[in-house]
Amino acid sequence: MNGEKVIEVSNLVKKFGSFVANDNISFDVYRGEIFGFLGANGAGKTTALRILSGLSKPSSGDVKVAGYDIYRNAENVKKHIGYMCQKFSLYEDLTVAENIMLYGGIYGLAKKVIENKTDELLESMNFTAFRKSIIGDLPLGMRQKLAFAVAILHEPEIVFLDEPTGGVDPITRRQFWEMIYKASSDDITVFVTTHYMDEAEYCDRVSIMSEGHIVAIDSPAGLKEKYSASSVQDVFVKIARPDKNKKT
Amino acid sequence: MKRFLGFVKKEFIHIFRDVRTLVILFGIPAAQILIFGYAVRTDIKNAGIAILDNSKDEISTALVSKLEASDFFIVKANLESGKQIDKSFRSGDIKAALVFENNFGEKLLHEHRAGIQIIADGSEPNVANLVSNYTKAIINDYMLELNKTSAGTGILIEPEVKMYYNPNLESRYMFVPGVITIILVLICALMTSVTITREKEFGTMEVLLVSPLKPIQIILGKVAPYVVLSLIDVIIILFLSWMVFDIPIKGSLALLMLESMLYICLGLSLGIMISTMSKTMQQAMFISVVGLALPTIILSGFIFPVDYMPGFYRYLSMIIPPTWFVTIVKNIMIKGAGFSFVWKETIILLVMTLAFIMISTLKFKKRLE
Amino acid sequence: MKTIFYLIRKEFIQIFRDKFLSRAIFGMPVVQMLILVPALTFEINNIDLCVVDMDMSSESRQLVSTLQGSEFFLLKHTTFSDEEADKMLHSGSCDMVLQILPGFGRDIIREGGQKLMVKVNAINASSAQLSWAYMRAVLHDYNAELIADNMLLFRPPQLSVIETETRFWYNPQLNYKYYMLPGILVILVTAIGLLLAGLNVVREKETGTIEQLNVTPIRKYQFITAKLVPFLLIGLVDLAFGLALGMIVFSVPMNGSIAMLFLYASLYLAAVLGLALFLSTMSSTQQQYLFIVFFVWMVFILMSGIFTPAESMPGWAQKFNLINPVAYFMRVIRMIMLKGSGFSDVLPDLRGILLIAVATISLAIWRYRKTV
Repeated sequence: MNGEKVIEVSNLVKKFGSFVANDNISFDVYRGEIFGFLGANGAGKTTALRILSGLSKPSSGDVKVAGYDIYRNAENVKKHIGYMCQKFSLYEDLTVAENIMLYGGIYGLAKKVIENKTDELLESMNFTAFRKSIIGDLPLGMRQKLAFAVAILHEPEIVFLDEPTGGVDPITRRQFWEMIYKASSDDITVFVTTHYMDEAEYCDRVSIMSEGHIVAIDSPAGLKEKYSASSVQDVFVKIARPDKNKKT
Repeated sequence: MKRFLGFVKKEFIHIFRDVRTLVILFGIPAAQILIFGYAVRTDIKNAGIAILDNSKDEISTALVSKLEASDFFIVKANLESGKQIDKSFRSGDIKAALVFENNFGEKLLHEHRAGIQIIADGSEPNVANLVSNYTKAIINDYMLELNKTSAGTGILIEPEVKMYYNPNLESRYMFVPGVITIILVLICALMTSVTITREKEFGTMEVLLVSPLKPIQIILGKVAPYVVLSLIDVIIILFLSWMVFDIPIKGSLALLMLESMLYICLGLSLGIMISTMSKTMQQAMFISVVGLALPTIILSGFIFPVDYMPGFYRYLSMIIPPTWFVTIVKNIMIKGAGFSFVWKETIILLVMTLAFIMISTLKFKKRLE
Repeated sequence: MKTIFYLIRKEFIQIFRDKFLSRAIFGMPVVQMLILVPALTFEINNIDLCVVDMDMSSESRQLVSTLQGSEFFLLKHTTFSDEEADKMLHSGSCDMVLQILPGFGRDIIREGGQKLMVKVNAINASSAQLSWAYMRAVLHDYNAELIADNMLLFRPPQLSVIETETRFWYNPQLNYKYYMLPGILVILVTAIGLLLAGLNVVREKETGTIEQLNVTPIRKYQFITAKLVPFLLIGLVDLAFGLALGMIVFSVPMNGSIAMLFLYASLYLAAVLGLALFLSTMSSTQQQYLFIVFFVWMVFILMSGIFTPAESMPGWAQKFNLINPVAYFMRVIRMIMLKGSGFSDVLPDLRGILLIAVATISLAIWRYRKTV
C-alpha cells in the first residue's frame, strides 16, 4: 500500500424517495488494498457500490473514483474500473472465448492481445479445455472465477465485486480469494461487498455498514482489538445488531 | 380457506400494482372501438379521380360536376392526355380516371350513344370496384335525368335495396363482438399462460407447490384476478359502444354476460393448458399469440368474411372457439336472438372448455409426478 | 468504431444460437406468405342468393338465368314465398334475397323502375356493399341486354345511352392477393422490428446483463447502433425472402425498382426499430413490453390502410397517419410493387419516413440511460 487514494467518498447520500439508503457516509480506499464492505442485507452496500461504479447517481456528496469526479466524468471512471456482480456477469449463451473477446474489445484491447490473454487466462485456471464451452453449461464456481478474470482482463485500477462468492462451495471460495490476492499484488485495488464474515478476515481493511451508516472502518485486527472480539463476526454482532422492527 | 383468500389477495395486488399493463388492458378495447368506430371505413369517401375530358361540352361538364357533388369523389386532376394517366396513378392520389370521348355531348344527342371509359386503379381491388360502381351509378342517374326530359323512360332497372340488421351499413356492428373476443383472448389466455409460466421459469412455482395450498387453489388463485379484469373489460366495451356509437344490445344483456362468462372460463382453461405446455415465458407468449390471437383475428369472422376463404380455412375457422363466440355475440346483440337460437354454439363452447380443463389437469398431474 | 463491431458480433452469435429465434426468423416469412395470404381476403364470390320470383314471367326467368350464370352468385334457392326467403336470410342460409315483384315482366318495358327488391345481410358491411355492387353490375348487364333486344319495339331516337367501359389497371383481374401480399410483407417486417428487437433489449434489462454493459465505457450510440443493425439486416433479409416467396408462389408483380423498395424498407425499419428501443426503455419486463407493443402495433396497423382505404378515413385519422410509419410503408410498398412508382412519386413519403426515423431514434437515445 502506498497511500495513494483511489476512491474518495465524503458525505455521500443516496435516497430512493423518502428511503435513505446511504446516509452521509465517508471513506477512502487506497491503491492496491483489498477493501471489504460488510453489512446485513439492505444495509446499503450494493447501493454504494453501484454509485462508485457509475451505475447510479448520488443524491448528494462528493465521490471520486480513480481520480475522476463521478458526477462529471462517469464515463472516464468506467475506463479504469472492472465490475462483477453475483447475478450475472458473462453472457450465458456465449462461449468462454466469445465473452472474453467481447469484453476485451469493448475495453479497447487489440485482437492479438485479447487472444494472448485468453490463452494465459485459461491456462492459469486450468480451463483450456473449456475455451469453447457455453457459459450456461458450466458450474457456478467456474463461472464466478471466469467472471472475475474477465473483470480484470483490461488491467483496471479498481475492480468492484458485489457478493462475488454467493452460493459457491468453500473450496471454490478459497480459490477465488487466491485470485483476489493475486490481483491485489498486481496493484489492482479490490473493492468487495460481502456478508460472509470469514471473508472479512481476508481483507486489508473492512467497513461495516448498518442501516445506511458506516459504523466501523479499520483493519480486521484493529476492529477485533477495539471491540474486544475474537472474530470480525463478533464485532459485527456487537455493533450492527439488526433492529427488531426492521423488515428483512 | 383463509390461506387461499390471502393468496388470491396477493395475486390481485400483484396485478393492479402494474399500472402500465392495466392501462394497456383497458386501453386496447377503448382504442379498438374508437378506431373501428370512427376511423376504419369500408366505403369510399373523397376518393381522388382524374378527368380526361376530350370533349369539354355542356353535358360532359355537367356530368363531372355531378360526380364532384357526390361525397364519394373529389376531382383532383384535369388531364390533357392519356399519357398522364399512368403518372397520376403512380403518385398515388388518384383512384380512377374518367375518359370522355371526343364530341361526347353531340354524339349523345344526335347518335344517342356516347362512351366514357372508366380506368380504375386495380391495386386496391375493393376500392376499384366501389369506385367503378359508384361512377356507373352516378352516370346511370344522369342518363335517367336526360331521358326523362325526352318523354319516355323505360327499361332502366333500378332495384330497391334493404340492408338488413345494419341499415346504414355501419361497419361498426361487426366489430364489437370481435373486440370483445380478442380482448378476452388476450387477458384470459395470453396473460394467464404467461403469468403461470413465469412462476415456472423463475422457480417460484416449486415454492407454491410445497406450500399447504392445493394445486387447484394455486391455479384458481392465479386466474381469479383475470376473471375480474375480463368482466370489467367486457362491460367497458359494451358501455363504450353503446354510449359513443349507439350500438344497441337487441337481445338480453344477462344472456350476453353469461355467455361471456363461459368464454372467459374457456379462455382461462386454454391459458392454463398453454402454461402446461411451455417451459419459458417466450414460448407461452408465442403459442398464445400465434396459436390463439392471430387465428382469432383472422379466422373468427369479425374482420374477414370467412365464408369467402379457401376451404381449408373455413374448416379451421369452425374448430376454433372464437368463431363460435363471435357468432353468439353477434346474434344476441344485432339480431336480438334468445337462448333458443344460440344453444347449439353454447354447447360447443361448453364442451371445448371441459376438454381444455381435462387436458390441463392431466398434464399438470403428470408434471407433479 | 471497433466496439460496435464487437457488439454486433455478439448480437448475431446470440440470435443464431437461439434455436427458437432462428427458427422464427426463417419460419415467419414462410408462414405469413403461405398461410396468411390466401386467408386474408375480402374477395367475395359465390354469394349465397335466394330468389323470390313472384312474377314468373319470361323476363323474370331470363333474369334468374342471368344470375345463375354469373360467377358472383350461387343461386341457392328459388321460392315463391317471401317468408321462406326471409327465414333463410335470418338463419344465415343465404346472404342476399332478390325479390321479383308481380308485374315485373309486364311493366318492365313500360315503366321499369321499382319492381325489384334486394335484401342483403349487412352485418358485415364491406361484404354487403360489395355484394350489392355485384348485384347492380349484373342488373346493369341484364338491362343492357333488354335494351338491345327491344331496340326495335322502342321509341329509339329518344333514348340516349351512355356506354361505359371499365378497365382495371395494374391488376386487371382484381386479384386480391396482389393487394394483401405487400400488406403482409409490411406486417412481417414490422414484427421483426417491434417484436424481436424490442424483446431482445427488454430481456437484457430483465436478466440484468445490460448493467454489465453500462459499467463499461461503451457509449449510448454504440449500444443502440449494435442493437439496430442486426435486426435491420434480418428484417431486410426476411423481406427479400418473403418477397421471393410471394413472387414465386402467387406471381405477385414487382413492377418497380427493387433497389427503391429496399431503400425505403431500410428507412422504415430504422423508424420501427427506433420506436421499439424507445418503448423498451419504458418497460421493465418482457410481458409489459409485449402488451405495450401489441397496443401500439394494433393501432398503427389498423389505421394504416392495410385492408381499408386510408384515404377514406376522417380528417383526424389522416392527420394521425402523418406520424404512423406503417401507413407510409403500406402505401409505398403497394405503389412500388403494383404500379411501378419511381423515386419522384415516392419522394414525399420518403421525406416523411426519414423524419419519423430520426425522431424515434433520437427519442430512444435520449431515454436510454447508462447511469440511472
